[in-house]
Amino acid sequence: MADTNDRVLHLAGIRKSYGSGEVESKVLHGIDLTLQRGEFAALIGPSGSGKSTLLNLIGLLDRPTSGQLHIDGEDSGQLDDTGLTRLRGQRIGFVFQHHHLIPAFTAEENVAMPLLVARGRPDSEMFERAGHLLDQVGLADRKQHLANRLSGGQQQRVAIARALVTNPSLVLADEPTGNLDTHSADDVFALLREFNRRQHTTFLIVTHDPRLAARCDRIIELVDGRIVADQAVASA
Amino acid sequence: MPFEWIAAVRFLREGRMQSLLIIVGVGVGVAVIVFMSALLSGLQANLIKRTLSSQAHITLLPPEEIARPQQATDATALRLQKQAQRLRAIDQWQTLRDRLETWPEIAAVSPVASGPAFAVRGEANKAITVVGIEPERYNRVISLAERLTAGQLRVGAGEAVIGIELAKDLGAEVGDKLRLSAADGRSDTLTITGLFDLGNKGVNARNVYVGLRTAQSLLDLVGGVSSIDLALHDLDLAEQLARRIAGETGLTADSWIKTNAQFVTALTSQRVSSNVIRFFIALSVAFGIASVLVVSVIQRGKEIGILRAMGATQAQMRRIFLLQGGIVGFFGSLLGSALAWSFLMLWQLLARNPDGTPMFVIGVEPGLVALAAGGASLVGILSALLPARRAAQLDPVVAIRG
Repeated sequence: MADTNDRVLHLAGIRKSYGSGEVESKVLHGIDLTLQRGEFAALIGPSGSGKSTLLNLIGLLDRPTSGQLHIDGEDSGQLDDTGLTRLRGQRIGFVFQHHHLIPAFTAEENVAMPLLVARGRPDSEMFERAGHLLDQVGLADRKQHLANRLSGGQQQRVAIARALVTNPSLVLADEPTGNLDTHSADDVFALLREFNRRQHTTFLIVTHDPRLAARCDRIIELVDGRIVADQAVASA
Repeated sequence: MPFEWIAAVRFLREGRMQSLLIIVGVGVGVAVIVFMSALLSGLQANLIKRTLSSQAHITLLPPEEIARPQQATDATALRLQKQAQRLRAIDQWQTLRDRLETWPEIAAVSPVASGPAFAVRGEANKAITVVGIEPERYNRVISLAERLTAGQLRVGAGEAVIGIELAKDLGAEVGDKLRLSAADGRSDTLTITGLFDLGNKGVNARNVYVGLRTAQSLLDLVGGVSSIDLALHDLDLAEQLARRIAGETGLTADSWIKTNAQFVTALTSQRVSSNVIRFFIALSVAFGIASVLVVSVIQRGKEIGILRAMGATQAQMRRIFLLQGGIVGFFGSLLGSALAWSFLMLWQLLARNPDGTPMFVIGVEPGLVALAAGGASLVGILSALLPARRAAQLDPVVAIRG
C-alpha cells in the first residue's frame, strides 16, 4: 500500500499566506498529506479552517506560498500556468458545491467540456463517453437538456459525470451535497462511492456533514490551517 | 468547429438581448459609414463628370515664349517686358499625336486648332472661339455627339456646330448660315449643322466647332494645331502624367487638376472631413463593442472560472472573447450594409432632378460591403482586446467563488 507509484497526491510542508508584511494572514501552516490511488477521503473542519484554500491548492487553481505538491508524481512547482492548466485538465476532476455547469450548453456538452477544452474540437468519441457517463448517473433521458433546465440534484449528477469524463486520478468535491435535500444528497454520495469502487478513482471530499464523513474511508480534520486528526474509519 | 468558436457563439446566443443590441449598434454605425461613402463618391463622381463635360483631362500647348535680352552689359539698365503670346502651332503634332496614342494611360488624343474670331449674322456680332477638330477623335475626349440638342455632329468644309447659347444670341437654327471672321480679316461662311449643350453656359455661348482645315485657314495656322487634348483612363493620374508629358515634349501640359485647382481642393477637403467623421463613428462603435464585452466578462466570471478549472488555457479564454468581438462586428456590418442599401434606394427615390431623373446615380458596390465587413470584424476584434485580456487573467479561484 505504501508504494510511491500509487501516490496520487503528495503534499509536503505546504504553507499558504495572503498579503505580506503586517497584513499577512497565514491560512495554512505546513500541511503534509498523501493520498493513495483508490482512497475515498473526507476533509472536515470548521469554516475558516483553510479547507477551501487547501482544495484550491490541490486543484492547481492556486499556488502555495511554500512547500511541495505532487500530482501523480509530477511536481507542480516546476510548471508554468499553461503546464498547470494541462495537468489540471488531465488529472483532476472537480465537483463544486453549486454544481457550476455552463448554462449555455446541454447536459451532454457540459460533461464533454473537459475533453472539448483539451482536444480543441468536438468529436463523436467524447460525446459517446459523455453519454455513457450520463447513463451511469441516471440521466439518460436528459442529455440534450440545457443545463439550467435541470433540477439541483440532476445538475449535481451532471457535474459528477463531468468530473469523471477525463478518467482523472483525483476527484475533488467541495461540499458536493451541501445544496441538496437529504434524499438527493444520499443519491449523489452513493454515486461518488460507486465510481470509487468501480474505477478506483481517488476522491477527496470536503464536507461539513459528519454523517457523510463517517461514510468515507478516511477522515482528515483541519483546524486553523493544521491537520489535527487523520484516521481511517472503521468499516461498518 | 473549434472549441473557441462554439463557446463564443453559445455565449452570444445566450446573451441574446445584449448581442442583438450591440449588433444593431454596430449596424447603425456601419450603415452611416457605408451610406456616407457611397453618397460622397457618387456626388464627387457626378461633380467631376459635370466639370469635365467640356474640358479635356490634359491640354497640351506650345511652350510659352519668353523674352530674352539680346545683350546686356553692366552699363545698360535692362528692363524685360514680358512677351505677349501669339497663336502658334505645335511642332510636328502628327508625330506627337501618334506617339501619345500608344501610351497605355491615354484613352484618346485629339488635336485642336482654336483661336478667337467673331460670329456675324445679320446685325448680331459675337466674339467666339473657333475650335477646329477631327470630330471622331474629339468626340472621344469630350462627348460632343451625345450633347447635341439638334442636328448632328458634322464639321465638313463649310459646316459648323455651335452652342445653344450662341444660337439664341444670334437667333440661328440648324441649317442657317453663319459668317466667321478672324482678326486679320480672313473670313468664312458656314452652315450650322448642329447645336450642342455642354452644360456650361460660357462654353455654350463661345465655342464654334468647325473642321480642322476650316479652322487652320481661318486662323492662319495652315497645317498646324494650337493644342492637343487628351483623355485619360484614370483621372487622378492627370497631374503626374501632365508633368511627364511636359518633361518629354517640352510643351506646356495643363491637367484638369491644375486648371480646376480650387474645385479639386474643395473635393479633397470634403473627403478629408468625411474621413474624420467616419473615423469617429468607427471609434464609437469600437467603444460600444468593448463596453458590452467588458460587462459580459464580469457576468461570465463564474463560467470563465469553471472553464479554467476544466483545463481551458488563458489563450483559449482570450480567443473566445476576441471571437465574440469579431462576430459582433461581422454581423453588425452585414446589417449595416443592408440598412445603407435601403437608405440609398430611398435616396434615389427622393432626390430627383426637376425633370424626374435621379439626381445622380449611386450604388453600394460589393467592394465597399466587403471592406465594411472586414473593417468592422477587425474593429470588433481590436475592441475585444482589453475584455479578452481581462477574461484570460481572471483568477479562477476568485471567479468560481463568485
